[in-house]
Amino acid sequence: MSADDMVVVQDLKKHFTGIEALDGVSLTVKKGQVIVILGPSGSGKSTLLRCVNQLEEKTSGDIWIDGEKLTHKSKQIDKIRSEIGMVFQHFNLYPHLTVLENITLAQRIVKKVSKEKAIENAMSQLTRVGIPEKASRYPTQLSGGQQQRVAIARALAMNPKLMLFDEPTSALDPEMIKEVLEVMLDLAKAGITMIVVTHEMGFAKAAADEVVFMDKGQIVEKASPAVFFTNPTHERTKLFLSQILNH
Amino acid sequence: MAQLTNANAKPPRRNSLENREYLKAKLRAAPWWLYAIIAIAIFTFVNILTNIPFQKAFLFIKAGLSVTITTTLIAFVFALLIGLLTGLGRISDNTFFKNLSTLYVELIRGIPMLVLIFFIAFVGIPGVVNGLKALGVWLVEIGVTDIGGWLSAIKNEVPMNTRAVIALSTTYGAFLAEIFRAGIQSIGRGQMEAARSQGMSYWQAMRYIILPQAIRNVLPALGNDFISMLKDSSLVSVLAVRDITQIAKLYAGRTFQYQESYITLAVLYLTMTILLSFLLKYIEKRIQKNER
Repeated sequence: MSADDMVVVQDLKKHFTGIEALDGVSLTVKKGQVIVILGPSGSGKSTLLRCVNQLEEKTSGDIWIDGEKLTHKSKQIDKIRSEIGMVFQHFNLYPHLTVLENITLAQRIVKKVSKEKAIENAMSQLTRVGIPEKASRYPTQLSGGQQQRVAIARALAMNPKLMLFDEPTSALDPEMIKEVLEVMLDLAKAGITMIVVTHEMGFAKAAADEVVFMDKGQIVEKASPAVFFTNPTHERTKLFLSQILNH
Repeated sequence: MAQLTNANAKPPRRNSLENREYLKAKLRAAPWWLYAIIAIAIFTFVNILTNIPFQKAFLFIKAGLSVTITTTLIAFVFALLIGLLTGLGRISDNTFFKNLSTLYVELIRGIPMLVLIFFIAFVGIPGVVNGLKALGVWLVEIGVTDIGGWLSAIKNEVPMNTRAVIALSTTYGAFLAEIFRAGIQSIGRGQMEAARSQGMSYWQAMRYIILPQAIRNVLPALGNDFISMLKDSSLVSVLAVRDITQIAKLYAGRTFQYQESYITLAVLYLTMTILLSFLLKYIEKRIQKNER
């Protein structure tokens, strides 16, 4: 393990009752890298992501974040989570709070940032995702694409070392996918370390440093997007690609 | 614009058959239960104002209103606290608290309220008081004199009003716990996950994210239970607490005016509950309006 590794996953296993969601996954993400995880549903992509910030408790194996090994101590879990931004498929904005409050709350109560600083930071993140004028709205008053951009701003406001995206565009209407992907592309260009679970091949081609293909809880293939999409080695990958690209 | 003028225009005249149908429909839709209750209330109040025995009964019984209202209010506040804690316990990952809260809820729900009130007032509270005193004496013996002395000096006689409040809040705590539990469980798992993913602790997520949404969802149910509690507070009359039921009973027994006493009593409860349910409906509408 070297100092420029952001995430190291070693022989990670996760068993749900009756299912082996992750069956010995090892993966290294370097600082500044954008990793896109592809795979059919049920292949364990989301579970892997959720194990990284411990929303899912691993069965065995080890994970290091920025050199720190994950344990079960709740203090450490909370601290590490506050340094990892997570964007969910269904946005999970807090519906009883305004957009601004959604972005400032965790800064205030987790990182103990002053109110003025938190608001200032929130506004600059909202500007970054292109909707500063929505600050005083409530989440349900926004479109899906806008809600997801707020969710990204909320995660960014914690100044994370690492961003996790769990199918961020899967719940969106087709015409809103682009606005979210554009924000994500900007982040990738800005050098933020990202792990992205998605079905958007265009994003993988444009932004990924590495594409990881998973099936049945295992990593089948790992390659640069150029190699992955034009010259995959494994039969399973070829089948998957032919199924999605031929539509 | 044409539509606008149309909407403002008077409805076209109906012929008599249409008119009859229209009136029938109106009549079917009318909340006649409400008119019936208002009629009963007016009838009784007119009676109270004009009929001397009713007047006397009312003036006597109304002295118990403050006891009924304060008992209900105080007991409800405690029931809210107990209910919230127990509700959180029911969904806790900690198996001890989960079992403890489930035990409490199941015990209370399985025993009639009247029996519980007797039990808590005459078995539970004296038992706890004696236990605390024994603990105090033992503490003094082993040398912890300050806390021990204070505990052993607890008076045996807990006032009946206090026992009534404890009995009511213990009983209703279990009911409210189920309401809080359902409310918390009605909030999607994603909310807790989002909060935790930002580094909030379980309790921070509960306090800032889950509970504000959950409580808003269960406000109507809590209001309903408040109304039920107001009615069930009449049960504490068995402890000789001087609420309106107890006083009506006393008055009836003394004057043999059963009709006057119990009609007045019933209408007093009815007036309070109807007013409260109107208030509740109003609050519900406000919440729906603010729902975003």
